[in-house]
Amino acid sequence: MNAKLSATGSAYFITPETEKPSTHVLAVVVDNVPGVLARVIGLFSGRGYNIESLTVSETSHEKHLSRITIVSSGTAHVLEQIKKQLERMVPVHRVVDLTLDAEARGDEKPLERELVLVKVAGKGENRVEAMRLADAFGARVADASTEHFVFEMTGRIPRIEQFIKIMEPLGLVEVCRTGVAAMNRGRDGM
Amino acid sequence: MSRKNQMTGAGMVIEALVDNGADTVFGYPGGAVLPIYDELIQQERLRHVLVRHEQGAGHAAEGYARSTGRPGVVLVTSGPGATNMVTPLQDALMDSIPMVCITGQVPTTLIGSDGFQEADTVGITRPCTKHNWLVRSVDELPQILHEAFYVATHGRPGPVLVDIPKDVQFAMGAYSPKGQFRHKSYNPQVSGDLEQIQAAVELMANAKRPIFYTGGGVINSGREACHLLRDLVDMTGFPITSTLMGLGAYPASGKNWLGMLGMHGMYEANWAMHDCDVMIAIGARFDDRITGRLDAFSPRSKKIHIDIDPSSINKNVRVHVPIIGDVAHVLEDMIRLWRAHSAKPDKAAISQWWKQIDAWKAKDCLKYRPARDSIMPQYAIERLYEATKDRKTYITTEVGQHQMWAAQFYRFDEPNHWMTSGGLGTMGYGLPAAFGVQIAHPDALVIDIAGDASVLMTMQEMSSAIQHEAPIKIFILNNQYMGMVRQWQQLLHGNRLSHSYTEALPDFVKLAEAFGCVGLRAEKPAELDDAIHAMIETDKPVIFDCRVANLANCFPMIPSGKPHNEMLLAEDVSDEDIETAIDEEGRQLV
Repeated sequence: MNAKLSATGSAYFITPETEKPSTHVLAVVVDNVPGVLARVIGLFSGRGYNIESLTVSETSHEKHLSRITIVSSGTAHVLEQIKKQLERMVPVHRVVDLTLDAEARGDEKPLERELVLVKVAGKGENRVEAMRLADAFGARVADASTEHFVFEMTGRIPRIEQFIKIMEPLGLVEVCRTGVAAMNRGRDGM
Repeated sequence: MSRKNQMTGAGMVIEALVDNGADTVFGYPGGAVLPIYDELIQQERLRHVLVRHEQGAGHAAEGYARSTGRPGVVLVTSGPGATNMVTPLQDALMDSIPMVCITGQVPTTLIGSDGFQEADTVGITRPCTKHNWLVRSVDELPQILHEAFYVATHGRPGPVLVDIPKDVQFAMGAYSPKGQFRHKSYNPQVSGDLEQIQAAVELMANAKRPIFYTGGGVINSGREACHLLRDLVDMTGFPITSTLMGLGAYPASGKNWLGMLGMHGMYEANWAMHDCDVMIAIGARFDDRITGRLDAFSPRSKKIHIDIDPSSINKNVRVHVPIIGDVAHVLEDMIRLWRAHSAKPDKAAISQWWKQIDAWKAKDCLKYRPARDSIMPQYAIERLYEATKDRKTYITTEVGQHQMWAAQFYRFDEPNHWMTSGGLGTMGYGLPAAFGVQIAHPDALVIDIAGDASVLMTMQEMSSAIQHEAPIKIFILNNQYMGMVRQWQQLLHGNRLSHSYTEALPDFVKLAEAFGCVGLRAEKPAELDDAIHAMIETDKPVIFDCRVANLANCFPMIPSGKPHNEMLLAEDVSDEDIETAIDEEGRQLV
């Protein structure tokens, strides 16, 4: 019964991850107090978790609450740990894994939107083409001169990335993305 | 608002500490806390205990907290005062010790200007506290101080820090006494889910090879939790093992006791963990020193895990029945449900299990070869135990071989009598911790079982012990090596003893005298008992230089990369075995 096992690790032995990582969106409701964002980010860096996107803003002025939306990737085990580690932080009120909730609702994923500002400079044919494509993507012109455009576009992440890519050969100068805002479909709040 | 509640921020600190039940503050003054020190000297409700280095204050507060079950309080200045507290804060965080640390800060108007003795204290201590606060106005000070005590002592205990700028200490404001409040976001669950507890009881009732695996969480939960644990063990008849941090929750003299488990744990405890079919983990966190190789950790057992911190559940080891709650609350329900449960474990199977355990016990894993001319370190602790067991004795340790020998050979029958740095492994913890214990228990016998290397890290606190008439006994197992470092070098690095030999040690007896303490030395086994008695009978602080066999190593041992059932015992280890005990891959990961 106690056949000798071949030695392969150490006291710090970590079982090799066979599980595939997946990307989840977490909504974290926190007290809007100084340092709270540093705490959340410090947790991720300190424990080696990934942050693919992070946005934060006050959502309830009277209650001093902010909502942090974090896109992270990891195995189910890691994502469960992230949620629990966040939940035990003193200024954290609630943590919701929106991706798990969406799956429970039967949706593929939560609603996710991002806003991007894209500056494109150029003249002639490129300029016309940029304007034409922006129109096709539903981007708005936020600023313009005879030599540049700043486009503003909101959408799902793949579409944002596609838009940026398509602008590259047309004189792309600068890109600014907000990161993901997310919530689930349906009438119920989180 | 009544006028008599008007006071300075510094005054509020005193009020809030008293309000929250503190009677002792360990501290060191400096520019940014002078207003608080000015208040301290004008009152008699709080005792201030001056240390020699802020780290000493932190570990003393840990010793105070661990031995009383109440939070330790520390007061230090800004900048270096605060940074010197980082080690004790992280130590308390990892061992779940409640501690409230108050630091001074430069005035709010100077924050960010690289002012004299300025440091970003809340930034530096954010990851090594359970929570911390920078107080921006005197109006929020009372509430933050009350909240600090609440957070330190509720849920899984831990250290908190309140950083108070000097202008806030001077400012006048209205003090609001501690009242009942429900925290707006931090309200840990204390009662376990009854369905889960019932599921646990059913697993236990059907167990054939059960084991209790308990940790520091039982002691943190309090005396009641320890009583309930003892009741449950008696009721079930199951064997019990404990982590380093949990020693004393169940008495070492109890008949179901298997001794400590883990890397230097007992042969029978580790084998029983490996072969069990139901594991009941209580207030323990499956630390890597406990589990060894994770994929071979107790491979055939169903695991029940009781813990107040949900993030401990499934962190390192997947468990089948998680129960989130305070140990005492959960055990109370568990005992009730166990009594009500009709099915009881199969007596024959349990007695068969005990027979197997007795066979492992027969290995006598702590056996060591006695020496005639030199004191074996194990022998020194055995004799120390014999000489002190009938007294009210508290033991602290430093970190290293002596710590493991103390855990193996000193037998603890009560909780809160064993103070050691488990999670962080802080060399230099034991001496100031012993000082803190002695301050809390002036009439007790408090002994720091130390190593010669560790003890030099915080030796300056002997001066504090003299000042405060704290007759701590520093029992140094002096082998002139950093013994555990050397043991690992022997195991991992071809016996190349790189810088683990201390070539110039002080004469500890003369050092004791220089501090105003009593110095004692024993070099031969025949001298040991008399010297230990002389130490116990001395009513002053003592440094005891116990010269032990230099090259003794600490066994049993689970070498890195091995599961629980591949322990090394002293008797079957040759020098060659030591060198080949850990393979290449294991070496990378130690």
